[in-house]
Amino acid sequence: MKLKVSDLTIARGGIPVLEGLSFALDSGQALVLRGPNGSGKTTLLRTVAGLQPAVLGRIDVPPESLVYAGHADGIKPTLSVAENLKFWAEVFGNKDYSHAIDAFKLAPLADRPAGALSAGQKRRLGLARLLVTGRTIWVLDEPTVSLDAEAVALFATAVRGHLAAGGLALIATHIDLGLSEAQVLDVGGYRAKPLAENDFDGAFL
Amino acid sequence: MIALLLRDIRLAMRAGGGFGLGVSFFLIVVVLVPFGVGPQSVLLAKIAPGMLWLGALLACLLSLDRILALDWEDGSLDLLATSPLPMEGVVSVKALAHWVTTGLPLVAVTPVLGLLLSLPEAGYKWLIISLFVGTPALSVIGTFGAALTVGLKRGGLLLSLLVLPLYVPTLIFGAEVARRGADGFDTTTPLLMLAGITCGTIALLPFASAAVLRVNLR
Amino acid sequence: MNLNALWEYANPKKFIQTTDRVLPWFAGLAAVTLVGGLIWGFFFTPADYRQGSTVKIIYLHVPSALMAINAWLMMLVTSLVWIVRRHHVSALAARAAAPVGMVMTVIALLTGAIWGQPMWGTWWAWDPRLTSFLILFLFYLGYIALWEAIENDDTAADLTSILCLVGSVFALLSRYAVNFWNQGLHQGASLSLDKEENVADVFWYPLLVCMAGFVFLFIALVLMRTRTEIRARRMRALLARERMGV
Repeated sequence: MKLKVSDLTIARGGIPVLEGLSFALDSGQALVLRGPNGSGKTTLLRTVAGLQPAVLGRIDVPPESLVYAGHADGIKPTLSVAENLKFWAEVFGNKDYSHAIDAFKLAPLADRPAGALSAGQKRRLGLARLLVTGRTIWVLDEPTVSLDAEAVALFATAVRGHLAAGGLALIATHIDLGLSEAQVLDVGGYRAKPLAENDFDGAFL
Repeated sequence: MIALLLRDIRLAMRAGGGFGLGVSFFLIVVVLVPFGVGPQSVLLAKIAPGMLWLGALLACLLSLDRILALDWEDGSLDLLATSPLPMEGVVSVKALAHWVTTGLPLVAVTPVLGLLLSLPEAGYKWLIISLFVGTPALSVIGTFGAALTVGLKRGGLLLSLLVLPLYVPTLIFGAEVARRGADGFDTTTPLLMLAGITCGTIALLPFASAAVLRVNLR
Repeated sequence: MNLNALWEYANPKKFIQTTDRVLPWFAGLAAVTLVGGLIWGFFFTPADYRQGSTVKIIYLHVPSALMAINAWLMMLVTSLVWIVRRHHVSALAARAAAPVGMVMTVIALLTGAIWGQPMWGTWWAWDPRLTSFLILFLFYLGYIALWEAIENDDTAADLTSILCLVGSVFALLSRYAVNFWNQGLHQGASLSLDKEENVADVFWYPLLVCMAGFVFLFIALVLMRTRTEIRARRMRALLARERMGV
């Protein structure tokens, strides 16, 4: 299992934000993305997840191996916590979701409608979704927003367990997760320069 | 896929919006018709098939933006797009869920509303058949419209503007079946055309909807 | 002729340069043929023995109806080119043609109503052709509204192109549905709009000139509007660059 990004240029709203990005992750490795707001971390993650096309460069992801978690958790407020997890487990072709409930200490909340959860609890539910998918490459965008210290520790444990089991993680975050083994990539250094004349916008100049 | 279908149906039932709203709207439209055109049952019987079709179509239109907008807002669409489900499958299932929660109840209440508009006795069978055959097309076309406008802040009005012209053939053939049935004429040709449109849209339109949705997600 | 050379004009700069030279010719041709054709039609043709002088509205009605449909066909082709080859000029040309086509549809509907009043004693009848044009107008309306609603240029181009494709299929379906619908139970086709079939030569030649005039007018207007769209797009590209700090 390997995630490889080579010489990638990405754009947001038609305007290039990052260029010349290259990195590779092997099984058991994690990469933490850093950079100021608006530097293109979210765009990079969405591009890696295949939600938007890259302008230039290659992304090599083994098929059916990636799971993406964005700013929104995709939680249905009228379904209970357990029903939400069960749904995502079934979408990814799995049955069992109890380990995810345990990992994020959701057992006391399992039968509550997700709409009644606090922001931090919702986030925990959103992260628990990662465990039920059974996918090896986690692509996470600001996973720790609205989590308290205890929950961050739970999350770090989950990531560590995932890596130990041969998983990969690509995480954009501001805070220190205590993942000492993770590599860090500051995207600030890859800010895109204005494009050469041969791109499409350039053709209009 | 089945999980997604069950989830959508369950959501519609829990939120109360799916089943209830469309049917209530249909009822209100039908109740308002006699106020508009007068209470003579001869006149009502004449326009009943068309009015019932129009009412069902508008009730269907009302709930279209819910097909994708809620999933867009809470990020589910992003997650579904990166899940093993193909996008074409997602939009097809969404359309099916919309039909089960909106189209089917509309078909079910039509006989009662037909009474209110003094629909001729011969018309009931054909009206129900035509709605049963035609409403899936309304849901599938509506999903395409919902996919086009999913990212827009105030997409509701634009959605109607885009979808209504696409509803013209379905409405024409559907209402024609109901009208001919009520008047005791042969309904074969329009019914076959209606079924053809429904089958064609179910087979082809999900590809367009999925393409549009992918564009809107990027 | 080497067809590949055609794609060079998909470059915005090249397009602007070429149209700089071509546009005055089309505008001039449009003016000459339109003024000539209309004067010929209005003042130098005899009045029809049945319809009197009202028949002369044909010189506006038929060409505008022709262009209303051709504009949509052009949008369909340019949309396909955008989807397949992703040439921006193509998408912008589709965008530019839509309002022109819509205005042509309105002209055709209005002149039809004005013509219909003395002929049939009604401004509007649910004749299959009239109805089809009304539906075409609705399609134009939706297409333009979608362009206006979306901020990102490429997203808008993608979505409107797919809408144009799907819309074309449904427009065709509607046409057949409407034909079927009005031959149905209610009234037979009591009003036939098929004027072209038996138009005498004396009306036909000025009509041809007017049709040519509308074609040139359409081309000139679309070229002009495409140039505007290209420049607007260029402006946005420059602004975007400025924001990136160049």
